[in-house]
Amino acid sequence: MEHTSLIERILRGIALTLVVIFFMFPILWIFMMSFQTNETILRIPPQLIFEPTLANYTALITGKLMTAAGTLDIAFMRNLWNSVFLSVTSVAVSLLLGVPAAYAFARHKFRGSEDIAFTLLSFKFAPALLVLLPLTLYFQKLGLANTYFGLIWVYQLICLPLILWIVRGYFEDIPADIEYAYRIGGHSWFATFRKIALPLAGPGIAAAGLLAFIFAWNNFVFALVLASADKQPVTVGALAFITSSGIQYGQISAAIVLSITPTLALALYAQRYLVEGLSLGAVKG
Amino acid sequence: MSPSALTISEVDKFYGPIDRGVHAVKKLTMEIARGEIVALLGSSGCGKTSTLRMIAGFEEVSRGAISVGGRQVHTLPPVKRNVAMAFEGYSLYPPLTVRENMAFALKAARLAKSEVDAKVASIAKLLEIEDILERYPSSISGGQQQRASLGRALIRDADLHLLDEPMGQLEPQLRAVLRGRIKHFIKERGLTAILVTHDQTEANALADRIAVMEGGVLQQFDTPDRIKERPANLFTGTFVGEPPMNVFEAFVAAAPGKISLKLPDGLSLDYDKDAFSAPVRDQLLSRDRVMIGIRPYAVRRSKDGVPARVSANQWLGDQTHIAADFAGGSLVLVEHDRTRLDLGAPINVSIDPKNLHVFDQASGMAISHGMELA
Repeated sequence: MEHTSLIERILRGIALTLVVIFFMFPILWIFMMSFQTNETILRIPPQLIFEPTLANYTALITGKLMTAAGTLDIAFMRNLWNSVFLSVTSVAVSLLLGVPAAYAFARHKFRGSEDIAFTLLSFKFAPALLVLLPLTLYFQKLGLANTYFGLIWVYQLICLPLILWIVRGYFEDIPADIEYAYRIGGHSWFATFRKIALPLAGPGIAAAGLLAFIFAWNNFVFALVLASADKQPVTVGALAFITSSGIQYGQISAAIVLSITPTLALALYAQRYLVEGLSLGAVKG
Repeated sequence: MSPSALTISEVDKFYGPIDRGVHAVKKLTMEIARGEIVALLGSSGCGKTSTLRMIAGFEEVSRGAISVGGRQVHTLPPVKRNVAMAFEGYSLYPPLTVRENMAFALKAARLAKSEVDAKVASIAKLLEIEDILERYPSSISGGQQQRASLGRALIRDADLHLLDEPMGQLEPQLRAVLRGRIKHFIKERGLTAILVTHDQTEANALADRIAVMEGGVLQQFDTPDRIKERPANLFTGTFVGEPPMNVFEAFVAAAPGKISLKLPDGLSLDYDKDAFSAPVRDQLLSRDRVMIGIRPYAVRRSKDGVPARVSANQWLGDQTHIAADFAGGSLVLVEHDRTRLDLGAPINVSIDPKNLHVFDQASGMAISHGMELA
């Protein structure tokens, strides 16, 4: 442990506090806004003291949004469920496809293997807007527009390259001889993959899956264009709060709080794996 | 049933496309009998590990065939070859303890638990790892991991045991003890083993026969004694033996009743014609240039010898290594007593024709060893 003087520790503490305040403030502010009505939110100057109300959350959960112009139906809970369903299924499909592919790319060099791997990675380079128009046209022709199936398919653009490349690095880190030792001990190629490679790459796979989940959850533009109201995730659903009678800041905040809670909880829970997984697997020469 | 445990015939290994990639092993042919211990000896990159991995099935055979116990295996997956292997990088399974790692190797054999336990216990005793059986690979030292890995290979009842640098990480004392025990263990059970090593002491101590490899080519495959006494070519001569053989280029000159080997710097080794056996003499006289090799142990200091000048003098605790400037190069001699010689001191050395190894100047192939033709 390096030795630090008192003054250094104080300065470091102050710096850390500033950083934490800077990054946490929006979340704190949104959290506070979610318990206020539009009236109190828009007061100038803003007040830290207010009378908390659960009206926003009630509106979201019951699906009835009261505005000055009347009652509006909103599908927030439906959107939340869509988000969960789309993200979980997409990541599951990506893991199912990506992990064996990553293993193949890590262990078997075949003609064009690097090119294929790179092509998959390049899906992440292209701005989503670039592929959206042709994709929409195709999807409409194929009848995939506004289906869960189609959305999950498109979500593979987000999840698959991420999982493939992170997990591949992880598999490459496992000395091939460990697998050889297992195979020479009388086990098949597939048993080796299942019993040796998968468990050893476990943390990396978990990290990649988690990261892919967060990316899928946060996706906006694909779902905006390719899905209509009943298939939309929360990121798109939040647009419904911009109503003809004004922007419903209170409900938006409550919606944000509800929608970031799952990813935040997941990230906090798996923080250790994330850092370990990413730094061990991906950052290597 | 064929008596040979392993037959390698005309095996080539290319990394990359055949005939255009790196040619790691060239037309290797060797036969190993049941119950034999063979060492593949050579420097890094000589093709010895490639050979071992082709036998195990981790590298494809580019050309040629490999049979284990008379059964062609070079197209089979590793699982069907029935060979055991200890890896240079240990390759223990991290989530398992040392005991589980060793027992795991027996899983495919489906033995009773008591039998597995007994086997693990006896191997652990042999390799002195009883106290770390319950520990995990990440918490033990390199030497302990290496012994665990060796144990995992030896515990199996395979047609062939492949050991890749099995003792590289061990301390010298332990290595010496284990060499003896492992040899005894292998011999007692009649196992056939191939070990890859760059340590000639290990090869000499463990192996019945040594295969010396260089540049992907098998240079010589013979017993340790014969490799030392009758090296097939200059490479084996200089590679095996510590300190290495002294080699000089010599011109053969004949005078009535004499044969002289003219060395650079105007030096000459003069011998009576009758000091050589007739066939060796004929061989010498039929050429004008040869390479001569002399083991450092065979160089004697004597008053009437050829002059040399001491350039280094090391007492190793049980022998003295003296290096001398000689014939435009360096000559090393070994004496068993502690010899005190100052740097630059003049000495005279003589070489008995019985200890002379003669090699062809162009090809490096051996012509004669002492009184016998190669």
